[in-house]
Amino acid sequence: MTEPALLVRALCIELDSGMPVVEDLDLDLRAGEVLGIVGESGSGKTTTALALLGFTRRGVRISSGTVEVEGSALTAGGERVVRALRGRLVSYVAQDPGAALNPSLRVSDLIGDMLRSHDAGEAAENRVSAALKGVNLPSEPEFARRFPHQLSGGQQQRVAIATALVCGAKVVVLDEPTTGLDVVTQARILSEIDRLRSEQRVAMVYVSHDLAVVSSIADRVSVMYAGRIIEEGPTAELVARPRHPYTRGLLSSVPDPVRPRRLHSIPGVSVGVDDRPPGCAFAPRCLQRTESPALSELPPLEQIGGDYRVRCFEWRRTPPLEVEEAVVAQTVERGRVLLAVESLEAGYGRRRAPELAVRGVSFGVAPGECLAIVGESGSGKTTLARCIAGLHPSRAGRVRLEGAELASSAAKRVREQRRRIQIVFQNPNESLNPRHRVGNAIARPARILRGLPAQEANKEAARLLGLVRLPLALADRFPGELSGGERQRVAIARALAAKPDLVICDEITSALDVSVQAAVLELLAELRAELGLALLFITHNFGVVASIADRMLVLESGSIREQGTVASVLSNPQDDYTRRLVAAAPRVVTSPSLPYLSEVE
Amino acid sequence: MKQRLLGALTPGAWVGLVVLVSIIGLAVLGPLFAPHPLDEPIGVPLTRPAQGALFGTDFLGRDVLSRTLWGGRSVLGLAGIATVLAYSVGMAVGLVAGYSRSLLDPLLMRASDVMLSFPALLFLLVLVTGAGSSKTVLVIGVALVQMPLVARIVRTATLEQSVRGFVEAAVARGEGAPAVVRREILPNILGPVTADIGLRFTYSIILVASVNFLGLGLQPPEADWALIISENRAGLTLNPYVILVPAALIASLTISVNVVGDAFARSLGISTARRRLVR
Repeated sequence: MTEPALLVRALCIELDSGMPVVEDLDLDLRAGEVLGIVGESGSGKTTTALALLGFTRRGVRISSGTVEVEGSALTAGGERVVRALRGRLVSYVAQDPGAALNPSLRVSDLIGDMLRSHDAGEAAENRVSAALKGVNLPSEPEFARRFPHQLSGGQQQRVAIATALVCGAKVVVLDEPTTGLDVVTQARILSEIDRLRSEQRVAMVYVSHDLAVVSSIADRVSVMYAGRIIEEGPTAELVARPRHPYTRGLLSSVPDPVRPRRLHSIPGVSVGVDDRPPGCAFAPRCLQRTESPALSELPPLEQIGGDYRVRCFEWRRTPPLEVEEAVVAQTVERGRVLLAVESLEAGYGRRRAPELAVRGVSFGVAPGECLAIVGESGSGKTTLARCIAGLHPSRAGRVRLEGAELASSAAKRVREQRRRIQIVFQNPNESLNPRHRVGNAIARPARILRGLPAQEANKEAARLLGLVRLPLALADRFPGELSGGERQRVAIARALAAKPDLVICDEITSALDVSVQAAVLELLAELRAELGLALLFITHNFGVVASIADRMLVLESGSIREQGTVASVLSNPQDDYTRRLVAAAPRVVTSPSLPYLSEVE
Repeated sequence: MKQRLLGALTPGAWVGLVVLVSIIGLAVLGPLFAPHPLDEPIGVPLTRPAQGALFGTDFLGRDVLSRTLWGGRSVLGLAGIATVLAYSVGMAVGLVAGYSRSLLDPLLMRASDVMLSFPALLFLLVLVTGAGSSKTVLVIGVALVQMPLVARIVRTATLEQSVRGFVEAAVARGEGAPAVVRREILPNILGPVTADIGLRFTYSIILVASVNFLGLGLQPPEADWALIISENRAGLTLNPYVILVPAALIASLTISVNVVGDAFARSLGISTARRRLVR
């Protein structure tokens, strides 16, 4: 066995208060290998990623253990010693390149700074253009003179990768490098990363919440939960036959754009840093939990195959993954039209020279139907949603609700119309007033839109909390005391309080962890069946579309590119643009050969 | 709410709160304990502290302690009323401008820009010279100086809140502008506004004191901390207490108001975030 490029032994990271964040972490990585670290929010994956550079955020420290790159320790020696190693031996690519690149430096300086801080006096200009060429960016001087804001998101991330590689780092830590990029750009960056590791034999650590993306790029995967590795093994094996119930749950939560299947969420809520139980942190949510050995006992990371480790007493009992076909709710009343949108146009800016975000879009939604509107950022899908909700003025066209034309602004619609269309927003932190108790927030629409007296509205709020599977005790809490998933359920309950016929869901799962997303999607499917709701589901995620919607339409630059039933569009896209999007949509795959990438280019 | 406010205070903020409460107590109740009448000589002018005169006498031989005990009411009262006045008008203007998204916004804001372009003290002096020096003119003048600043801060905070999801949700369910402002926006801008109230009050105190010091505000024989300093400037070397005591009181008042305002703003602003962490 060759010497590992990265060797982490018994790494423990804690808060200044002594609260452990990451415990007893071992990692090995050989040159040219990609290790995926997968975890949900609060699992300690970003803290781990930074610690691989011997760095911790303020208020966090490495309490014990070692991180070695090619034999040099990053956990020993002073800040000066470690700083000299960062960039030269190990480097970092951050999640949001727009925020990570200094907006006042030119591309040449961004890369040049890295060179200057490690080997001064070299022919920097040539090396900058070589570095740009290395990541398939234009190498001419004009490009190097640009500022980050003059680049696209994908180009920015390429510049960040070029910076990370320019000093010949042996290990590159990529922290969610494609989150926030369009799927097509994401696929291109992934293939870039894949090419670089095979050409330059760089070892890479790819940290992400997205199992689908990780499965397409990583040779091996480590799954983290509550600060510990709970399962680790070759990607193909881990993805096909997970042994830890958490990994299994995570995989059952990931929607598949090509073979729509029923999602199963993990019960319970992910534990925070400060409420980790003793013993197995997953035990409270685990269906395979037993009383012996005692719950307070920590399962060891057991070697169960050549290169496969799992931290579970009961891993032998973990059932194989089941793939169930998605169940389509049979509530659609064909032939009737609930909502009709007719050549709608909307935009921003001055009336004389508007920038149109929606250009003549027409479609209809039947009662009880779920129509997905899919598009990349900037496709106009959110503007469209806001127009229908009466939050954004349209410039032309009509929106009809059961034939009656709706006024452009919500204030001018009659109460009954406002009641029948409800909207749930993308970011649950923003959509609930932090100063209002959950119960009041839900009761309010029932009072305003249904005219219920206060007492009945409160009763209704209690009933709705139950309907969205939240405990009644939450009614007295403030949104700040709830998790993201809980908040989104409250936002859904608030929309349901109006007894709507149509709920507009604007990217409502994109800010949530996959397992929480699965739970919200499960809930929506159940609510549809129970209440006969029609949904207008706006998203950029094809997997989500496949698991919830009946019909879909693809939006690009404000125009419809394609529409049809979900099955037909996803399995046989007619439009070029749609075809590229579908091809680039990440799915969990058992071989890290990026099979879908060839179609993207 | 109250519990939460006090619970989140740091030791420094507690010191500020104690100082503030004692100075307010002194200003309000002080006259009851004044050992000598306000305006009668009790001995030789500008003598140092002696029996019966804790801080000595001023340039007319009056008791410095008694005059100081009387002199806080005007400072606190005038500055307080001016701040309340500035806030009631400025807040309304800021909320309307920030939420209306119509022509009202630029109109109101440009008007306040015009007012801001006058230097504060000059504006006050011109006003006092023109309208005569009375308490009413002083209060209105100070309030006018502060109002555009208040309006601007409230407008910015309102703009920031009015694009958030919960405000849009309220608009989408058809709530009227007054209800949206009162229920959704106002509770969320209290943090920055509280910090600003402290700042405005401090500034009002300084303005009132400055005008009084320049002799254009309250007129002798009224007792007022700033006026006391101004009247006795020449006697600083003979009896330093006549200057130092009121000066120290004005200074501690302004500092403590600021400390307390900041502390309240912080506990209002972060209370939700902190509770999430604690949980």
